[in-house]
Amino acid sequence: MKQRIISSWHSFIQLSKDPLLLGVILLLLLSLVLFIIYPLYKVVVVSFQVNGAFSFKNFTDVLTYSNGYYLKALFNSLWMGVATAVLGTLIAYVFAYSLTRANIPGRRFFNLIATIPIISPPFIGALAVIMLFGRNGFISSTLLGMKNASAYGAKGLLFAQVLTFFPVAYITLRGVLESISPTLEDAAMDLGGNRFTIFRKVTLPLSIPGIASSMLILFVESLADFGNPLVLAGAQFPILSVQAYLEITGMGNFAKGAALAFILLVPSVSAYMLQKYWVSKKQYVTVTGKPTQSSNDVVSPKARWILFGVCCLIAFFIILVYASIVFGAFAESWGNSYKLTLQNFVYVWRVGFESVLDTLAIAGLSTPVAGILGMIIAFLVVRKKFWGRKFMEFSSMLSFALPGTVVGIGYILAFNKHPLYLTGTLLILLLNFIFRYIPVGVQGGVAVLKQIDPSIEEAAVDLGADSNKTFQRVTLPLMVPAFFSSLIFSFVRSMTAISAAIFLVSARWKLMTVQIMSQVESGRIGAAAAFSLILVAIILVAMAVIKLILRLKYHTTSSILSQ
Amino acid sequence: MSVTLVKVTKIFTDQDDKSKEFTAVDDVNIEIKEGEMVTFLGPSGCGKTTTLRIISGFEKQTKGDVYIDGSLVNDLPANKRNSSMVFQSYAIFPHLTVEENIGFGLELKGLKKSQIKSEVDVIMRTMGLSALGTRQPSQLSGGQQQRVALARAIVTKPRVLLFDEPLSNLDAKLRDQMRTEIRRIQQQFGITSIYVTHDQDEAMTVSDRIMVMDKGRIQQLGTPFEIYSRPTNHFVADFIGRANFFSCMVKSVSDVVTVEVNQKQYQFPAFNKDVKAGKRATVVIRPEGLHIQKNSEQAFFNGKITEAVYLGATVEYEISVKGRTEPIVAISYNPVKEGLYKVGDEVGVTFDPISAHVIL
Repeated sequence: MKQRIISSWHSFIQLSKDPLLLGVILLLLLSLVLFIIYPLYKVVVVSFQVNGAFSFKNFTDVLTYSNGYYLKALFNSLWMGVATAVLGTLIAYVFAYSLTRANIPGRRFFNLIATIPIISPPFIGALAVIMLFGRNGFISSTLLGMKNASAYGAKGLLFAQVLTFFPVAYITLRGVLESISPTLEDAAMDLGGNRFTIFRKVTLPLSIPGIASSMLILFVESLADFGNPLVLAGAQFPILSVQAYLEITGMGNFAKGAALAFILLVPSVSAYMLQKYWVSKKQYVTVTGKPTQSSNDVVSPKARWILFGVCCLIAFFIILVYASIVFGAFAESWGNSYKLTLQNFVYVWRVGFESVLDTLAIAGLSTPVAGILGMIIAFLVVRKKFWGRKFMEFSSMLSFALPGTVVGIGYILAFNKHPLYLTGTLLILLLNFIFRYIPVGVQGGVAVLKQIDPSIEEAAVDLGADSNKTFQRVTLPLMVPAFFSSLIFSFVRSMTAISAAIFLVSARWKLMTVQIMSQVESGRIGAAAAFSLILVAIILVAMAVIKLILRLKYHTTSSILSQ
Repeated sequence: MSVTLVKVTKIFTDQDDKSKEFTAVDDVNIEIKEGEMVTFLGPSGCGKTTTLRIISGFEKQTKGDVYIDGSLVNDLPANKRNSSMVFQSYAIFPHLTVEENIGFGLELKGLKKSQIKSEVDVIMRTMGLSALGTRQPSQLSGGQQQRVALARAIVTKPRVLLFDEPLSNLDAKLRDQMRTEIRRIQQQFGITSIYVTHDQDEAMTVSDRIMVMDKGRIQQLGTPFEIYSRPTNHFVADFIGRANFFSCMVKSVSDVVTVEVNQKQYQFPAFNKDVKAGKRATVVIRPEGLHIQKNSEQAFFNGKITEAVYLGATVEYEISVKGRTEPIVAISYNPVKEGLYKVGDEVGVTFDPISAHVIL
């Protein structure tokens, strides 16, 4: 112990010789504590306090409230999390297996289809469910002539969540399957296994860690999801994240809201830790391996057509969802009159133009800052040794584990008093977005730096460059593509974010996602669809611009999305 | 432009447990003369790369001094030392073209654009890279990357050129070609060079002298001929080529060493000064120094052939001898003249005294 203190002291002395570096490290550590740890701490403190004293009363109150209504919400959230995880992973596995192994036609098309939900706001699924299966739904009402059909509740929410989150599982599982060398299957076939045995005995066991990982990720995503349940859950099927929000914004009860947030936090963080520190270490093969083209035919022609059919069905549902959004944006009155009109866009322009500008400003300002901070943290964590390095890595990645609702509640609890009175300001939104999407940049930066052979930097030193020049001329340029990839990803996330931001918006600063939500709640489905369409269009344009810069300047198109 | 190491020692301490220490380089002394090419040869973990990195300035020795060209460079960082390294992974900057890679060092020296261009052009012509100037590193083959790395290292006219296992990522044919080329360019420019490798063939072809290392210590320093034919100890004899070892008793030492092996006395030239009368020692004979004939009383050893591999120009035999655990390995050159033996034949092994050598 004493030796550790002495050696940390020595590393501190070493750093103090480089005041710029020391300053950057101290500033970053302080910001991470203030904007990630402190809000979380506030949630815990407030939830365990009654009149300034430690107490479990908030929890007992919450769990016994109205004949266990919140207990039911907890149960519903967990049940929904498990169901989404299982169903989403199953669909994603079929999709990933068909695309990497079965050699089905139209693989590029299916791959594109599966990545579309990633770049759209998380409540598009919910919106589409209402448009298709709701009271005035296209399928339920117009096609089937059902009266009083309801899309609310468990089934509708499950459909929306699976649709929204299965692409995340698909990307994980595709990586896992691609990294399983087809030669293993060739070897199994060579040893006399039939195709089903090969799948059962070789392919499936090798992908088990990936499947476990993807289930845990989906479980965390589903628990944290706010947009879909806010639209679809309804009073009959309460969901924890929404109830925490309502407790605070509806009844102004911060202590109970914090307690609900804490209850939500426990399973999320546990599942995240399990995934990060246990399951991800069990991978048989690295996910970053070179994709090998399958030359064998481990899938029989009959199975291939069955898989193709399943993929077509999944693709059909995704297309149906997006087609109804597009169609709905142009329809005069969804469910009653499908005459094409631009009136929805005119309406959105009138009421929502301000929020478009605000959203663009917030995402446009926070994204580059998050990206740059992410790169700097990645560089420090991988290449430098200093006291607090492990803490910096952990806390900067923590946001991935925290449900947005918890972060939002934490921010309003933490920053509503002087000297940190930020409620209602642009700054609180910016800070929230920056620190929420830092992990994207850190992850990308760390991955790139670990790939850069240290001897490349040594070569620059050997040729006469000092450490400053080496960073400028060699390390930094090599990190640029990762930086732009992280920009795309965090821009998409910022534009589509809702769960944390909904607590922080004000009359002065509005977000498109929150505006879309209120359109849905007041039943203006067409306006919501038109608004969503504009949002997706902005994202697509931004992605195209960033990709163009990458291609022209850095001869690469690599992005997190295409990896 | 000489390089001198005086009592250089490097001790690494474990990051987590400061009490754990590992001596990577142990009291190394060597003087490398101007224009000379010296190879550090040894198995992995023997300290050869660490020694090279101490000379380049990437590692700092725990004890001892490093002189380049007579001046002490202990406190000079890597970027201020006038040495250039060719890395095992080539370490080509992936974001720069071939020309930009080669010109990188000149640019850092603050040379004018036109001057950089002309010097880069000259070196690219010498290295056969002229057509590749505007290529990205990802468009180069392994051999081409190797040439770019070498060109980048020599264009700055370093006083010392350092090679860290430069050929280990190339296929066998290219490796043979490149090692001849490296030697040609080193001699053409007359640069003092240090070459680290674990491949003895590579060491033999490129070096003026070889420093064999094991466990951080110098085992032998000498010309390729000396290292192969007069190894000073068991490690060197065993690491370089193949060798048969025969335990012996030293009877007397004068200009020649008289030893007793297998109840017969032999005389060998005295190369090793540590061999003393009345002590046990070891006779080393390379497989090509042994001859096979019919078994007889006069033979050095008699035994039975357990393996015979016919390779056309040569035949390799393994002969098992009663009372010896290791078989004797012999190579017969010109099998047409010496006759062919088969597995199971009882044979006698003889040798010329000049081919044998006594070590401790």
